[in-house]
Amino acid sequence: MEYFLTEQQQLIKSLARRIAEERILPVRAELDETEEFPWAIVKDMADADLFRIFIPEEYEGLGEGCFALCIAIEELARVCCGVALTYAADALGAMPILLYGSDEQKQKYLPDIASGAKLTAFGLTEPSAGSDAGAIKTTAVLDGDEYVLNGTKQFITNGGEAEIYTIIALTDPRKGSRGASAFIVDKGTPGFTFGKKEKKMGIRSTATRELVFHNCRVPRENLLSKEGLGFILTMKTLDSSRPGVGALAIGLAQGALEAAVAYARQRVQFGHPVSAIQAVQHLLANMAMELEAARALVYATAKTIDSGARNFTEEGAMAKVFATDMAMKVTTDAVQVFGGPGYMRDYPVEKMMRDAKINQIYEGTNQVLRNVIALELLKRKALRE
Amino acid sequence: MNFVVCIKQVPGTTDIKIDPETNTLVREGVPSVINPFDTYALEEGVRLKERCGGKVTAISMGPPQAEEALRETISLGIDEAILISDRAFAGSDTWATSYVLSKAITKIADYDLIICGRQTLDGDTGQVGPGLSEMLGVPFVAYVSKIEEIKEGYLKVQRMVEEGYETMEMSLPAVITVVKEINVPRLPSLRGSMKAKTAQIPVWTAEDISADTDKAGLTGSPTRVVKIFFPQRTHKSEMLQGSTELQVTQLMEKLEEII
Ligand SMILES: Cc1cc2nc3c(=O)[nH]c(=O)nc-3n(C[C@H](O)[C@H](O)[C@H](O)COP(=O)(O)OP(=O)(O)OC[C@H]3O[C@@H](n4cnc5c(N)ncnc54)[C@H](O)[C@@H]3O)c2cc1C
Ligand SMILES: Cc1cc2nc3c(=O)[nH]c(=O)nc-3n(C[C@H](O)[C@H](O)[C@H](O)COP(=O)(O)OP(=O)(O)OC[C@H]3O[C@@H](n4cnc5c(N)ncnc54)[C@H](O)[C@@H]3O)c2cc1C
Repeated sequence: MEYFLTEQQQLIKSLARRIAEERILPVRAELDETEEFPWAIVKDMADADLFRIFIPEEYEGLGEGCFALCIAIEELARVCCGVALTYAADALGAMPILLYGSDEQKQKYLPDIASGAKLTAFGLTEPSAGSDAGAIKTTAVLDGDEYVLNGTKQFITNGGEAEIYTIIALTDPRKGSRGASAFIVDKGTPGFTFGKKEKKMGIRSTATRELVFHNCRVPRENLLSKEGLGFILTMKTLDSSRPGVGALAIGLAQGALEAAVAYARQRVQFGHPVSAIQAVQHLLANMAMELEAARALVYATAKTIDSGARNFTEEGAMAKVFATDMAMKVTTDAVQVFGGPGYMRDYPVEKMMRDAKINQIYEGTNQVLRNVIALELLKRKALRE
Repeated sequence: MNFVVCIKQVPGTTDIKIDPETNTLVREGVPSVINPFDTYALEEGVRLKERCGGKVTAISMGPPQAEEALRETISLGIDEAILISDRAFAGSDTWATSYVLSKAITKIADYDLIICGRQTLDGDTGQVGPGLSEMLGVPFVAYVSKIEEIKEGYLKVQRMVEEGYETMEMSLPAVITVVKEINVPRLPSLRGSMKAKTAQIPVWTAEDISADTDKAGLTGSPTRVVKIFFPQRTHKSEMLQGSTELQVTQLMEKLEEII
């Protein structure tokens, strides 16, 4: 399929592929086994300017948009969804500053994000607030020129490894979600510590940790946007980052499809390769079709965002849900094509299937996002009446 | 500080073919790459620049096509790349190559450290680095595996020897050749790749570097390749016995027999 990449986007694609194949592929099984954070690869990605892609030129970035970011994420995820998520979550953590940061905040934080010197994370979820994000309990109380943060965030990607955190906390608990605000919190701020690192089913090289705030004093100038706008900021941030989750899914599925095709051609049963069996061929054909449809949707969504569209909640949700459901199915079918070996750690599709599941859960579960899509549909209909 | 990295463009294969008629390498149809050992030299040059500040320049003596290899160095973080090219340089042996490169470096003038690869994939002699230091009259260390300390006028390195490492100190400017243990070369960067697309690669001719053309090219090369052949795989080996002098005499006789 021809997606009309610019010269620069082609360069991004080929460089991300080189990093994936030369630097990630040799260690992906080991990273999965040891659950080690891939610092050496993060350094390679930084040296190659991958973290500059989504940062504007005036802050040392390349000023490329969502589409170029998706291409890079896809190429990384084709080889390892874990390493790719570390990268995608960095873009997610940078998003609130990109979208809502003041010029001073951008000057202070974006150049270090662009160079890859500092990773970022986005902290919304809490033990009692997952899909129901409005139920967060973390508070931020203004005291003099500082906000004092108290509370615990849970399941935060890049937690502990990142230097820069966007944290959603209640500045006015009486107002519920309308009382939420967003803060930039630097690692090392007194009162900000890390809880346990989670042991996960997949994407095991990523760090998922608890963030603990105990009388953590954050300078007033680290408030993003205005008090009370924390939830709008969160929704807009996630709208912008969901195509990236779609890109993780299409990259992952691409890797699984390639592995399945290669294996089917080489595995002989009944005197011929299993790729000669129509039942296997149809499985492969469905995988390829569904993957390409998801890719087209993710790319179209990314290009819609890059065109300057103002509201793309529905598109972002569709791209995320469709692509991640597809990836779960395609990776499961890849294991099926492999038969018994596919279930073993010796072959990559076993890891791919484990890595796929999370994409249906974070950044809004696929059920919650179906609610979102339906709500937008119905709202539009109601508006026309 | 200023660093100069010498690179050579070589055929991108270890499956080297030699034209039996002309006794030269068959280069047709073989894609060219930066000599693999030179990628470590480039990386070290870029790292030293990142560490000490200053500038890192890559130079290569070669035909016009070598521009492509030099352009690639820009994407790897090299600040400036210069092609040393002149018809008069064609057919240079290692002596003549060292001479031409030394003249180019003399023109660059402001340099602290020259970094070469340990050897090339095609010529494979490992002589250009030492030759260069001789002609420039500066210290030389081969097989450097680590730069331990560098400051104005001073360099401390670790070099590989057969069964371990040696630590050596020397004054700057100097020439070193590096081994692959020294670093892991980075991949091209996006910014670098864009810069490389439009970068100007100046070409310096014999005249530009005030090279004496009698000392360059085939005419300036004291060695002649008389014959190149693939050795027969015989498992016969003969150990020479006796004093070193005697062994050398025996060896010379044997070599003369072969040639
Ligand atoms: C590996 C990993 C990384 C993560 N990274 C981050 C991060 O970086 N930052 C961050 O803030 N969070 C992160 N999260 C949290 C993630 O976004 C939440 O887990 C997710 O939003 C779901 O919340 P929950 O786990 O509390 O599930 P719950 O909300 O308890 O949901 C349980 C089930 O109920 C369903 N459900 C709930 N409400 C509805 C509804 N209204 N309609 C339909 N179905 C519903 C859900 O779909 C789900 O099936 C991460 C999670 C994981 C596992
Ligand atoms: C048997 C044989 C036959 C040859 N026949 C011919 C021939 O017929 N015609 C011909 O033109 N050449 C020929 N050459 C090639 C030529 O002599 C050498 O390639 C050249 O002098 C460089 O030597 P080298 O490749 O051994 O480099 P080495 O000494 O092994 O290289 C060490 C380092 O020096 C630097 N370096 C080497 N060459 C250059 C360069 N050109 N520019 C910048 N830096 C450099 C690099 O950093 C390299 O890693 C022949 C070589 C050999 C061994």
